[in-house]
Amino acid sequence: MFKARSFAAGAALVISTLASSHAFAASTLDAVKEKGHLQCGVTNGLPGFSQPDQDGNWTGIDVDTCRAVAAAVFGDAKAVEFTPLTAKERFTALQSGEIDMLSRNTTWTLTRDASLGLNFAGVNYYDGQGFLINKGIGVDDATQLSGATICIQSGTTTELNLSDYFRAKGMDFKPIVFDTSEQTVQGFSAGRCDVLTSDRSQLAALRSKLADPDSAKILPNTISKEPLGPVVRQGDDQWFNIVKWVLSVQINAEELGVTSANVDDMLKSDNPSIQRLLGTDGDMGSKLGLQEDFGYEVIKNVGNYGEMYARNVGPDTPLGLDRGINALWTDGGILYAPPVR
Amino acid sequence: MKKQTIESSPAGPRPWYDPRVRSIFFQIVAIALVAWGGWTLVDNTLSNMESRGISTGFGFLDESAGFAIIMHLVPYDATMSYGRTFWVGLTNTLLVSAMGIVAATILGFIIGVARLSNNWLVAKISLVYIEVIRNIPLLLQIFFWYFAVLSNLPSPRQSVDVGGAVFLNNRGLYLPEPLTQDGFGLVWAAIIIAIAAVAGLKIWARKRQLATGEIFPTFKVGVAILVLLPVVAYASAGQPLEWDIPALKGFNFGGGITLIPELAALWIALSLYTASFIAEIVRSGILSVSKGQTEAAKALGLPNGLSLRLVVIPQAMRVIIPPLTSQYLNLVKNSSLATAIGYPDLVAVFMGTTLNQTGQAVEVVAITMAVYLTISLLISLFMNIYNRAVAIKER
Amino acid sequence: MAESTMKPPRKTLGPIAWMRQHLFSTWYNSLLTLLVGYLIVTSVGPLLNWVFLDANFKGSEPGDCTGAGACWLFVSQRLNFFIYGFYPDELQWRVDVMFLLLAVAFVPQFIERFPGRKWLGLFGITGLPIIGYFLVPGGLLGLEPVETTKWGGLMLTLILAYIGILASLPIGILLALGRRSDMPIIRGLCVVFIEVWRAVPLITVLFMASVMLPLFLPEGMNFEKLLRALIGITLWQSAYMAEVIRGGLQAIPRGQYEAASALGLGYWKKMGLIILPQALKLVIPGIVNTFISLFKDTTLVLIIGLFDVLGTVQSTVTDPAWQNVAVEGYVFVAFCFWIFCFGISRYSQNLERKLDTGHKT
Repeated sequence: MFKARSFAAGAALVISTLASSHAFAASTLDAVKEKGHLQCGVTNGLPGFSQPDQDGNWTGIDVDTCRAVAAAVFGDAKAVEFTPLTAKERFTALQSGEIDMLSRNTTWTLTRDASLGLNFAGVNYYDGQGFLINKGIGVDDATQLSGATICIQSGTTTELNLSDYFRAKGMDFKPIVFDTSEQTVQGFSAGRCDVLTSDRSQLAALRSKLADPDSAKILPNTISKEPLGPVVRQGDDQWFNIVKWVLSVQINAEELGVTSANVDDMLKSDNPSIQRLLGTDGDMGSKLGLQEDFGYEVIKNVGNYGEMYARNVGPDTPLGLDRGINALWTDGGILYAPPVR
Repeated sequence: MKKQTIESSPAGPRPWYDPRVRSIFFQIVAIALVAWGGWTLVDNTLSNMESRGISTGFGFLDESAGFAIIMHLVPYDATMSYGRTFWVGLTNTLLVSAMGIVAATILGFIIGVARLSNNWLVAKISLVYIEVIRNIPLLLQIFFWYFAVLSNLPSPRQSVDVGGAVFLNNRGLYLPEPLTQDGFGLVWAAIIIAIAAVAGLKIWARKRQLATGEIFPTFKVGVAILVLLPVVAYASAGQPLEWDIPALKGFNFGGGITLIPELAALWIALSLYTASFIAEIVRSGILSVSKGQTEAAKALGLPNGLSLRLVVIPQAMRVIIPPLTSQYLNLVKNSSLATAIGYPDLVAVFMGTTLNQTGQAVEVVAITMAVYLTISLLISLFMNIYNRAVAIKER
Repeated sequence: MAESTMKPPRKTLGPIAWMRQHLFSTWYNSLLTLLVGYLIVTSVGPLLNWVFLDANFKGSEPGDCTGAGACWLFVSQRLNFFIYGFYPDELQWRVDVMFLLLAVAFVPQFIERFPGRKWLGLFGITGLPIIGYFLVPGGLLGLEPVETTKWGGLMLTLILAYIGILASLPIGILLALGRRSDMPIIRGLCVVFIEVWRAVPLITVLFMASVMLPLFLPEGMNFEKLLRALIGITLWQSAYMAEVIRGGLQAIPRGQYEAASALGLGYWKKMGLIILPQALKLVIPGIVNTFISLFKDTTLVLIIGLFDVLGTVQSTVTDPAWQNVAVEGYVFVAFCFWIFCFGISRYSQNLERKLDTGHKT
């Protein structure tokens, strides 16, 4: 009897803990500051975007986007922990508060914005969907792909774009849907499919993963718009603004020629734009709920957008991607950030 | 003192020491706890979904899906609804499960019997098979059959060609597809008549055997009827059947029936894995039949084959059926590993892509779980009916 | 003379007689023997060549794999990753300590007359998890914390299986008792719980744990992914455990229940002191068997993105530096699992044989 009673009491205790009140109104910024680190959702391995090395150190442009936010909040780019997520898990992980922000090459679409309760804070890479083909099939253009077998990764917008594209062109195809990008490459290199489709930025990396990279080539066609960017929960505008403006600060810094190397000299700059950017003048930081010099910390610790790009996906990296449309608007690209003022 | 004890007993124990009262109390508490827990869960979920702006409801099932699926037994294309993707996934799950159950049962029975063979080599090989296969994770075996074997198959242009009609390459196994022409109805009719005739023959032969003791060669005659009648009908109707032979078109073979590698790998792995468990079940089932039964059959002069068929197997079946049922259930559940190699089963299509595109995790997962629950209950039900049929009927 | 025309009796001893009896007793047996023998000879030779004779063991980089056989170099070079995942090199001694303790607690279980075997086993299910709780994640007692996202490989596989089985045991006992209870409502609830969990595939459970569990919980309450997977595995496993234990409860003769009641013991005392000790002893082989199947099933966590031992291998076989090593990788994992599962299943069979003698009528 005693045991029964204590068991019942234990069960009641557990359930009452589970049912504890819904009061969780504290802002994400406060919660992050209290934790002492930023929890950031990334991929479980995508070269150039977020990839752990053998010791579990993460690198990539998505990872640097997280680090920039950590630098803005804490003045320390290392105050961030990464949660590797599959494509399927990413949105629930963000919705449930498991992560504070999602930076996992996620395409900004209306449905995701509207019906998943998410906010896209900007674009850190403008991508588009392309095709990697086995040279053996002798095709030069995507319009010749009718009847092809195509490997895709599940849980992405790629699946839908592919269907749309083939339907619009009146062609048919056979999709092989894998769970992870690794399996997709494995399927492609095993000869299961003629074509592998993914965001163009990925195709170069995936091609380099093949046993014989020369046996495959990337078709010139781009069949979709894939603006990739960091995502936060809806309903916390302050946090949304922070993530949005950290990215904008990085882009503005590139425009103004501020880099991690010269940022200390730039502190003495007379240019009012740079002064506002680095927090030597004005109160931009406190408007966001951050330190006034958050811009300085971001540039000092992570660098401007151009540095971030060159370090992770640029021509000198294994991915070897030119800036293309990701160049600044002043250089013929479409990268354009609202002014810090 | 003594009197008091006697007096207190007619009044019964105090209510909270009365087992019946206690039992009712505990049950009320249990219901209250479960109801409260369930309510809290639902309440949490609803308020979470609302506060996070996640859409709810089953309206998404009518929305257009917009993605393609490689293999579908029901008509499907990207313009159809998410609800249709559910049926595509479900039929694919049922297909691979059914194929797996048939293959695993046949293979399992063969290996189980081989395990008891008096041929030392055969018995040992079966033992090695069982001990190796069942101690290696199924997922690994699926990966092996898919990735390791697939990469060693030739590309479509270098296909293995069997008689110009069957082709094997890394896109699958291509078989000719029979296309029935006008007049094939006659053949169908002949098949039905043949089956009915064999059934009638069996009943008649049994009656005659009971009456006179003479044994009619039902099996041989039955096979003859089953083969001859449709063949005659086929010939007399002017051979109303054409074969759609697969041919290399563009990147790949077209026409005929395709067994895609995902299905093949999953099927092989599921069958081999489950067969190793079924073999052990069959072995212990046969061993459970006491030696006296075999000896009695021998004493009656039954030859080995007949004694196995008429005496040992029917008794062994009673022991075999219950664990066999749970192996079948396991096989159906294990078919969900399809998602790891891209076979479009229920979990891969519906709980995978559809869940992702709609973001309605709760609804999709609930539907999927309900499906597996239903399949499990149905298999249990059928096997229980069969079990009742073979159970000992004591007179 | 009659004797001279009669053949000598067939030999009944010696290898020839044995072969005649066991391999060539009838014509179809002979045929079968020859067929199987041919298959073995043609397949084992190349297999041995591939695994041992032509295989590459020495060297340090992919280029050293020059022989025609297996490239075991790949396995030996990445072994650290396969065993520890991303666990930091300098902290791996903590995991090694756990491996050692695990071996100390359970290897003696295979040796019948090992002194204090029972106590070691008891330590394995009580002290070991507690030590592991402090040692592996760190963060307490001055140990450097290691996030669960860095856990991986064989270590993660063992953790999942071990905690899964340990945590499901008490829940399974309660469910089994509930299912055999006299109270219809409690019985009904337990039956529904058990049957629902047993009917659904582990993948759906893992998906639910990884994708949906966060939605069920109050806002702000969160578990790590590993913990969520563990919760899913535990709930799922406890349903199976309940059925195993129910088998044990049913095997206890009625007299034992009645005798306990006659002594005036209440329900919990009756169960705790009389019935469960006997029933649990009976079902140890069953529990070990469920452990084996759970151990194999933990590979499924790679589908929700955890790096168990199969996950680590799967992610390295696509490494462009190493080409065509998929088979080697899979064989390595298969071998790891096989050693564990085969060993444990032998142990449970022995136990079954030993326990069998006492209780059969």
